[in-house]
Amino acid sequence: MQDWKLNRALFASIASAPTLWLVLFFIVPLGLVWLYSFGTNVGLTEIDISGTFANYARALEPLYLGIFLKSVWIAGLTTVICLVVGFPVALAIVFATPKWRPWLLLGIMLPFWTNLLIRTYALMAVLRTEGFANQTIGWMWDKWSGLMTFAGLQPLGDFTPLPLLYNNFAVVLGLVYVHLPFMVLPLYAALDRLDKSLIEASLDLGAGHVRTLLSIVAPLAAPGIISGIIITFVPALGAYLTPDLLGGTDSQMIANVIERQFKRANDWPFGAALSFLLMYATFIAIAFQAMKSRQAERRQ
Amino acid sequence: MSLFKPRVPLAPLEYTKRLWMRAWVGLVLFFLYAPLLTLIAFSFNDSRRGNVVWRGFTFDYYEKALNNESLMIAMGNSLTIALISTIVSVVIGALAAVMLWRFRFPGKTATEGAMALPIVVPEICMGVAMLVFFAKIGFPTDLPWPFSLGAIIIAHITFCFPFVTMVVRSRLTSFNREEEEAAKDLGATEWQAFRDVLLPHMKPGLVAGALLAFTLSLDDFVITFFTSGPNTITFPVKVYSMVRFSVTPEVNAASALLIALTVILTTIALKVQSRMGGTPQGH
Repeated sequence: MQDWKLNRALFASIASAPTLWLVLFFIVPLGLVWLYSFGTNVGLTEIDISGTFANYARALEPLYLGIFLKSVWIAGLTTVICLVVGFPVALAIVFATPKWRPWLLLGIMLPFWTNLLIRTYALMAVLRTEGFANQTIGWMWDKWSGLMTFAGLQPLGDFTPLPLLYNNFAVVLGLVYVHLPFMVLPLYAALDRLDKSLIEASLDLGAGHVRTLLSIVAPLAAPGIISGIIITFVPALGAYLTPDLLGGTDSQMIANVIERQFKRANDWPFGAALSFLLMYATFIAIAFQAMKSRQAERRQ
Repeated sequence: MSLFKPRVPLAPLEYTKRLWMRAWVGLVLFFLYAPLLTLIAFSFNDSRRGNVVWRGFTFDYYEKALNNESLMIAMGNSLTIALISTIVSVVIGALAAVMLWRFRFPGKTATEGAMALPIVVPEICMGVAMLVFFAKIGFPTDLPWPFSLGAIIIAHITFCFPFVTMVVRSRLTSFNREEEEAAKDLGATEWQAFRDVLLPHMKPGLVAGALLAFTLSLDDFVITFFTSGPNTITFPVKVYSMVRFSVTPEVNAASALLIALTVILTTIALKVQSRMGGTPQGH
């Protein structure tokens, strides 16, 4: 590593472009939003930065606090489901034969690279009233009904399609669908680094698979598990598209409220305050991860 | 379970050979792929209402999608934005990577943190910030075509280049600094040493970073949604306005085309990555 003073001209020529770009097109815009969050609307497009905390106070009203807590709850539920569903998959990839491993990894990664909107749209087509999920269930319903008539029982009656779309269930399902690869990949990376002989030793000494998993694998892979949880939780918390397209009127998340303040309600100061609250929540989650993974490293 | 007991007893760690594990992985892959595969399959279905009943094979909807002018303009916009954003992101991202890798300077930790910020900040917050910023500086909305995309391109570069920095930096850790010193000892100037020694080493990282930036840019909906105007619709924004109201085979066809593009790009990226992993490491 070279001290920048040794070659100031070179340092300046390398550092200026990225630094300038970051400050001008990232720090300044965020700073503007931050300033607006302390402002009040005067007139249609004018915002007076008066240093008021009224916007933050309004964000703590039961209505908005409720939506915020609900977003945290939905993101948390999504993360837990992703962890439970993804852990065995990560384990299977780690212990797969060398021939299969890259294919399984590719299988998890390909949806991750596919356009988010298209994935959400595909899910819509499956879940809607005349979608595949309902068609399949309806078909099974009819067959079962026919079978019951055949057996001399009362048939089930007509099949009413299940409301699978435009509700909280669809939002959680959609978030799991979108974020599952986010969870599997860090889990895989952590489990892959694990010393397999420790697991063998534990099994040899008489511990069952579950006990080995809980007291050997989980603590050793803790940094990876934590980073998987955060990598899933953070984007799920700020998700806009999934609740917008799959959710109903009662399944709005915080990002939808922010969007409405800027696009329809035209209350920028309030929207700015909500965005910064979301950002603070994100930073707390990331700081928590940094702290935990440092602790886990120290323990080893 | 005794019914399924394999003839050869399993070694304790052969988790992947256990039936429940295979079933689990199979179910997860089914969950991930079934919606996408049905979407692609039914883009060929000869049924007007996007029905789930198979009515025969047709290319009609591809023809329709390719003849849908506004959809194709949106696609063209998306590709233009992705291309320009990628080029600029790679240059800025690589400069940032070299800066952080090579120099010790005051405020380095803060700079490193700030460079990673666009990766972690929620998309919606960044979209809002861009909307506020371009409204504040009064970015002109009546520019001729490629320049009208300027605001979106600026926003895309801002969230793409930190990813390039990340990829290139991890590539730089395997660079043997003695190579560069040897070049300078033998009379190379700073620029020559950079061009002939460092740059070739960075190349796989640059390619991987470029593909990542291209995909991210092509993929982005939320940030673009806040920066695009009525004359600067991108493909995801267009598809969004179409799917809000209905599921049509035309959208299926357009989506299938984009999925095909993604698969091709991913394949190239993985090829490059495996070549990167295969090169002998320095030090």
